[in-house]
Amino acid sequence: MFITEIYLLVLLVFMIIAAIIAVEIKSLISSVISLGAVGVGMSISFLFLAAPDLAIVQIAVEVLLLIFLIRATLGREIVSEKGAVTIPLRLLSIFIVLVILGFGIIAFRNLPEFGKPVFSLVPEAPSNSYIQHGLKETGSANIITAVILDYRGYDTLGEATVLFTSLLGALVILRAKTKKNGTKVINHKETKARGGE
Amino acid sequence: MKGMTIIVKTITRWVKLFIFLFGIYVTLTGHLSPGGGFAGGVILACSFILLTLAYGKEYALSRLSLKTAKSLDSIGALIFLLTALIGMWVTNVFFDNVLQKLFPGTDFMLYSSGFIPLYNIGICLKVGAPLFVTFIVMAAMRIRINDKGEREIIQEEEEE
Repeated sequence: MFITEIYLLVLLVFMIIAAIIAVEIKSLISSVISLGAVGVGMSISFLFLAAPDLAIVQIAVEVLLLIFLIRATLGREIVSEKGAVTIPLRLLSIFIVLVILGFGIIAFRNLPEFGKPVFSLVPEAPSNSYIQHGLKETGSANIITAVILDYRGYDTLGEATVLFTSLLGALVILRAKTKKNGTKVINHKETKARGGE
Repeated sequence: MKGMTIIVKTITRWVKLFIFLFGIYVTLTGHLSPGGGFAGGVILACSFILLTLAYGKEYALSRLSLKTAKSLDSIGALIFLLTALIGMWVTNVFFDNVLQKLFPGTDFMLYSSGFIPLYNIGICLKVGAPLFVTFIVMAAMRIRINDKGEREIIQEEEEE
């Protein structure tokens, strides 16, 4: 427990330093990379806090965000390397694919039998308690609704907040009053008067 | 002529009400059968998006204006939050389903699980209205680059 706290402390300091660098540095691409470092630190700290599903979500979102931001900061040019594909390179890629396939087969061996959910193997899993006591405790015949609106109400509140914020963002970006930076707003009638689009 | 052909318009006129009703049904029976607020809200938004596609956006906006849709979005969020706050007010637990604990209904009936149908209605508004607004915003407001290289936003006049 004590060691975990030390790990977390180190990660927190690392994340704070990376966040300060991301805010203060001049170069945009370095700032984006520092932001990615913050995300990786967050993901690892979720792992230490025994929340692997959150860690997976965090790392997936972080990778996607990093790709978006790098694409946005690099501008239009995509740097691509050109060179002849030699036989050793091809053999290496086949070898890597085979290694990943091997790990996949090992992982499939460890999966439970088809039709048997994972939580049936663990007697104290929360899913069992939801299925056994869900109708009695919430009165909802649909157990999924009982989970997302009763047991996991905070998650649904967070999702609703995300929707609200995304709508706000879309409306703010596309509203009429963006006259800065030489952006002109034209009404549809005016466009028609000028001879259509 | 705005919108699509007469065939699409006629079919839309027959079908739109059934899609709308199905959305309401899926929302209201979310605690009994598969479905719920998310699916129901998307179906409701789909009926309006169908109207937009078939008749053009003036017709759809005359049925549900952008301002009303924005208000519905906020009302959905408020229903969700206030219902959650009632639990806090009565038993000091946020998101506590007090109605089910105090007045439990019969299982498998429409009035059963306390606040859960209310949550479903809130989420339905919360999902449906933003989808419609986002679709209209994406369809109605376009950004293009003109000859001089400036950004222009082409936009319908919005009555506030």
